[in-house]
Amino acid sequence: MTLEVETVVAILVATMRAGTPLVFAALGELVTEKAGVLNLGIEGMMLVGAVAGFIATVTTGSLPLGILFAMLAGMAVALLFGFLTLTLLANQVATGLALTIFGIGLSAFIGLDYVGTPIQGLQAIEIPILSAIPILGPVLFKHDPLIYLSLALLAGVSWFLYKSRPGLILRAVGESHAAAHGIGYSVIGIRYLAVLFGGAMAGLAGAYLSLVYTPQWSENMTAGRGWIALALVVFATWRPARVLFGAYLFGFITIISLFLQGAGVDISSHLLATLPYLATVLVLVLISRDATRIRLNAPASLGKPFHPDG
Amino acid sequence: MTVTRYLSRLAGAVLAAVWLGLPGAATAAEPLKVGFVYVSPIGDAGWTYQHELGRRALEAAFGDKVKTSYVESVPEGADAERVIREFAASGHKLVFTTSFGYMNPTNKVARRYPGVSFEHATGYKRAKNVGTYLARFYEGRYLTGIVAGKMTKSNTVGYVAAFPIPEVVRGINAFTRGLRSVNPKAEVRVIWVSSWYDPGKEREAAETLIAQGADVITQHTDSTAPVQAAEDKGVYAIGYHSDMSKYGPKAHLTAATHHWGGHYVAAAKAVMDGTWKSGDLWGGIKEGMIKLAPFGPAVPQEVRALADAKAAEIAAGKLHPFQGPVRDQSGKVRVPAGQTMSDQDMLGFGWYVEGIIGKLPK
Repeated sequence: MTLEVETVVAILVATMRAGTPLVFAALGELVTEKAGVLNLGIEGMMLVGAVAGFIATVTTGSLPLGILFAMLAGMAVALLFGFLTLTLLANQVATGLALTIFGIGLSAFIGLDYVGTPIQGLQAIEIPILSAIPILGPVLFKHDPLIYLSLALLAGVSWFLYKSRPGLILRAVGESHAAAHGIGYSVIGIRYLAVLFGGAMAGLAGAYLSLVYTPQWSENMTAGRGWIALALVVFATWRPARVLFGAYLFGFITIISLFLQGAGVDISSHLLATLPYLATVLVLVLISRDATRIRLNAPASLGKPFHPDG
Repeated sequence: MTVTRYLSRLAGAVLAAVWLGLPGAATAAEPLKVGFVYVSPIGDAGWTYQHELGRRALEAAFGDKVKTSYVESVPEGADAERVIREFAASGHKLVFTTSFGYMNPTNKVARRYPGVSFEHATGYKRAKNVGTYLARFYEGRYLTGIVAGKMTKSNTVGYVAAFPIPEVVRGINAFTRGLRSVNPKAEVRVIWVSSWYDPGKEREAAETLIAQGADVITQHTDSTAPVQAAEDKGVYAIGYHSDMSKYGPKAHLTAATHHWGGHYVAAAKAVMDGTWKSGDLWGGIKEGMIKLAPFGPAVPQEVRALADAKAAEIAAGKLHPFQGPVRDQSGKVRVPAGQTMSDQDMLGFGWYVEGIIGKLPK
């Protein structure tokens, strides 16, 4: 197989596209978990976001409005999760799982009349001059706006968590909610905000699928990406930059396995399909060997309900 | 999948069954109740959608002489058995189960309801009251291959496929035979996405094939994403199961589509007349079970005429997609000249014909 420059460029561009919905969803979950809340409902929130964004775009004809609605819908589902787990202190794992099943059913139900409605998806924009640079141009400066947004959000989340005072407070809440409460911070309030941010990001990830990646609505179109995002947060040991790395790695392995097949390389498609998951497990094992580092990053209060009196 | 919808439909079916099952003399005027079990949501294109069109055709043909009901998104397994038994128990005299994985549940329920006729699509287990039916999809594939062969300029055609089972391999082979019958230089690249339905991955596979030189894309998966990818990239697409032209008005050349209505009408008629017998139907173009979707604007008159002529030849039994000589990838003659492949051999396809790039995954 000869590897031409255009092929390499195409692989890299496709890798970023495949990784971007994972970046959104995993970033949202990372912030949620950093505040000490484990929300397993990403897949459900993504689907509701995807269908809401799609319907809003079809109805209003505006992609930005569609994206906004997707985020709002994701937040609405996240709010429900927050109410159940933070206010009513329901078990987070069970509630998150229920949220996924709920989201799958709800999105299928409200999207019923929109299956097969064609729309014009969000197009790539070429940044003048820069996109003309050979190789680097198409790889870095010829994407749809949401890819740039994902990178900006990544930088924003990193800065927020590690360089800003509110970020420090959020992490404190995730480490020891009793201590944070003792100092006088509103643990529940901060966790609500973190959960809502996670919902907005999952909605955005869904919108990326239904408005950019494959501009259409079809039932269950996330096909398990919410779960991969969840795994990526652990894979990244709760560090934003590693989320990006993990998401792109996952995207790359998916894309490269397709390329190898198309090029007629004699390798089992079943084996190739398992590669991204094998890589995830492998990295998890490698990371787990360094237990102290994980403990440094993993929020100590993750998944533990908080009640001011208890 | 759609637990809520499924449950509400099931509840509806149970209620209807209870209500309709009130004591009352069975008279000749009572409509024949026919049940359909679908594996996925109906949607607006794809495998289940084509069966739904068949169900509607059945209703249109008999009016109030039949009463049809369906349950969609029924997982293959224990749930299927429950749904099928529910149909049988609630007075349905004819039940169509439309996915391969319903084979054992269908036969199991059938043993307990000898008075009910069951028809199972794509399976091979039959009983006194269980018949099977299948369409010769490969005939449609062959014809779409001809269209692709006439339309490709790069002589590379991309094929997005789900799993390397004989059914899918047979389609790829038939397509390639059709392709090379009009364009011996053309080749087929196959990407297996290891999923029947993942729009994102199907789209990436299609875009990968396009990047590797394919200028016609076809598929054996359930989403419309490959057609959409072709439209966006300015190449041609050939749909499957249903007419997918809506997703690629410019790209869509045609599609190999399935039509079950004729069989559903015939089976219902036979049950009404008391002549229904368990059978093994494998119908194709001749029986009207396989058709080409209307040609897209890009297809020239000459190509349309050629595809139609070949369809007529297949229907008349003068042309068979696997009539000898059929060579495999290594050039070895698998079917000698003057012979055609038997149904048995076709059902077990485990090798690629020549003209396909890459090895068949084992």
